[in-house]
Amino acid sequence: MKLWQKNLLLFMMLILVVLVPMIIKNGAEFGGSDDKAAGVIEEIQSDYTPWFESIWEPPSGEIESLLFCAQAAFGAGIVGFVLGKITAEAKK
Amino acid sequence: MFEKKSVKYLVTIFSLILVVPMYSASAMHIMEGYLPISWCVFWGVLCVPFLIAGGMSMQQKMKEDNKIKLLLAMAGAFVFVLSSLKIPSVTGSCSHPTGTGLGAVLFGPSIMSVLGIIVLLFQAVLLAHGGLTTLGANTFSMAIAGPFVSYGVFVLLKRFKASKPVAIFFAAFVGDLFTYCITSVQLAIAFSGEGFWFALGKFMGIFAVTQVPIAVAEGILTVIVYNVLETSCKRELTQLGVLSKGEI
Repeated sequence: MKLWQKNLLLFMMLILVVLVPMIIKNGAEFGGSDDKAAGVIEEIQSDYTPWFESIWEPPSGEIESLLFCAQAAFGAGIVGFVLGKITAEAKK
Repeated sequence: MFEKKSVKYLVTIFSLILVVPMYSASAMHIMEGYLPISWCVFWGVLCVPFLIAGGMSMQQKMKEDNKIKLLLAMAGAFVFVLSSLKIPSVTGSCSHPTGTGLGAVLFGPSIMSVLGIIVLLFQAVLLAHGGLTTLGANTFSMAIAGPFVSYGVFVLLKRFKASKPVAIFFAAFVGDLFTYCITSVQLAIAFSGEGFWFALGKFMGIFAVTQVPIAVAEGILTVIVYNVLETSCKRELTQLGVLSKGEI
């Protein structure tokens, strides 16, 4: 199998893995698992209070998602650059 | 000659520092203040020898040729991309992969401790996820335990002559899953109200079960990148010890 065929197949499997939970758990909240853990801590030890607060928090969900996208874009840019460069060099 | 090298070293460190603040939100790590102080210290101290080994290993890799350095930058960037992807899971909550498996297989596990702690540090400071007080515990799970297990799985499967994509898949999958098992253990020993095993079951139910499909996704994505590397830079992969001489 050629490289692109292999990777296309793998990519389709990847999409499937991400989609299946959304389909079978239709209507679930899909919140963060760390928030759930905080709930369990309260359940086990209800008198526990976090002894330290975050020193800064993004002011809104929009700004949080901005930082998010910037992170993904920057990382993907570097990965793409390196893969492109080594692929081009190998063809020479 | 020396100057040229140190310039390259600086550039790499600088670009890492630039990338890291972009690291975002929503890491499923132990939150700020949610671990008693004695455990914060314990996990923090435990990380120190690994970080020293990682720093030395990184210095070693900086002496290699340019292509190896490019691959190192890519392994770091791969962690940033993957940890920004919040993926839905069968438990009805979301978590994200770690992305440390690829780097651990290519460069050995200790180097990931350095990349990981920088990521976790800025994440705690700028995005209110994870935390400064829980930095040691989170570094141990994501940047030390996960990568070491990934590397171990890869070496083991290589010895049993598994095909490279299979070995890479399981290295990334098991390492990702193990990271969150350690997170569960860390929380369970700190909050063992009705007994350690009861608490462990609770935390595993949240972190580890959620993580299963996400670890599968990370495994697949890691193999996709590896397939490209295997086609284009066999020589470097041999140099790094990922491929043996007979496999070229």
